[in-house]
Amino acid sequence: MSQVSIRIPTPLRSLTGGAADVSVDADTVGAALQAVEAQHEGLKGRLLTAEGELRGFVNVFLGDDDIRTLDGLGTAVADGASISVLPAVAGGR
Amino acid sequence: MGVARQRRLADLRQRVSEVDPLDAFKRIADGDAILVDVREADEVSQGSPPGAVRISRSFLELQIETEVADLDMPLLTLCATGVRSVFAAENLQQLGYANVGSIAGGFAGWKRDGLPVEVPRRLQGQDRERYARHLTIPEVGEEGQLKLLDSKVLSIGAGGLGSPALLYLAAAGIGTVGLIDDDIVDRTNLQRQILHTDASVGKPKVESARARLEALNPDIEIVTHETRLTADNALELFEGYDVVVDGTDNFTARYLINDACVYLGIPNVHGSVYRFEGQVSVFWPSREERPGPCYRCLYPEPPPPELAPSCAEAGVLGVLPGVVGLLQAVETVKVLLGAGEPLVGRLMHYDALEPRFRILNVARNPNCQYCGPNARKTLEEVSFACAVPVAAAG
Repeated sequence: MSQVSIRIPTPLRSLTGGAADVSVDADTVGAALQAVEAQHEGLKGRLLTAEGELRGFVNVFLGDDDIRTLDGLGTAVADGASISVLPAVAGGR
Repeated sequence: MGVARQRRLADLRQRVSEVDPLDAFKRIADGDAILVDVREADEVSQGSPPGAVRISRSFLELQIETEVADLDMPLLTLCATGVRSVFAAENLQQLGYANVGSIAGGFAGWKRDGLPVEVPRRLQGQDRERYARHLTIPEVGEEGQLKLLDSKVLSIGAGGLGSPALLYLAAAGIGTVGLIDDDIVDRTNLQRQILHTDASVGKPKVESARARLEALNPDIEIVTHETRLTADNALELFEGYDVVVDGTDNFTARYLINDACVYLGIPNVHGSVYRFEGQVSVFWPSREERPGPCYRCLYPEPPPPELAPSCAEAGVLGVLPGVVGLLQAVETVKVLLGAGEPLVGRLMHYDALEPRFRILNVARNPNCQYCGPNARKTLEEVSFACAVPVAAAG
């Protein structure tokens, strides 16, 4: 298993006790997001549907690349990889 | 003619080939050579061959590489009668251009042969002064500034993002600046919405925005629409604009802006902010070269209210939309000028606390229902409501 860090965006940090980064052991992006749940209950539901699909208002990046352009949630992660979660944000006024 | 000059010219003519105007015209029309008009600005203003690169001889060595980077590209110089152009041709040879000729008889010969002439548009006196710092940048210059003056940019919102974007777009000389906003200035806006002042509290935002923008640049046209953007009016309001700047604060408007821009093929310069974070991208699926995703490719659906950060909690550091709105203005100007590489297919994420700028790669969704091959042809409003209504939105 690889140790990967997941960057939590500000709007979701209330679910991680304010933590900006969460470290988990996983082999794929999907498994990493699942593993976050063990540490921070409720976060998974914000990112994935009940069927385990990525929600339509959330993007996940491995390094600088959208995982949709890789192998989606099945994208393999190497040790030390960095995953970023980017939700749609509407603010601007 | 002085003896020294005659001797020098005769010497140069051994090394610089002279081309008949008609031959020159054919070579240029075929794309086999570039015409460099080396006359002074006052001469060029009377007329010049269409498509010529115009650099007065005194700036030739300094500016030619910006216009023609390829040293193997054949160049043909032109002056009034075909004398200065011989000297200029030699200067270009010395600079390293491999194939330089001079047009015999100069512009007089060009006209005598009945070849096409255009009178280049020039910036007028006061504009030359106002945009002086643009004119010295090769990527803008007089041609670019004229392009900006011919451009039309529409901002949706005159709030946190729209305020800084509109101020700089007006200052930059975007000829037509449109603005849609149905809101009234509230005192809570003034922490970030720098178009408005304490004196404008209670007045329509379009009114204080217009006054401020006209005071900054009275020579451009400000078009205001004090209305809410809807599926019924979006296409009519957007039509004819070159770029749309999304400075709104809700998902309903953002999806509507996306859909209308996709429908009309207008680049959508997106910015959004939350507390200390911002996102900027240019959504432009119809771009001819290297098209990028639309907003829906990235975010096919808005979050349901229970999963979105509540609007009451969604505060923002006042200066943050300033940063993001200005990045939107920069991208807008780049798109209009065709300068550099706009944030198409890429999303800039700014985290002010770290601080860090990241450029993330974002791709088109081939199955996108809005910009894909089977795109919808109608606009629909995506309903979105804040989990907790807030009294002083906007």
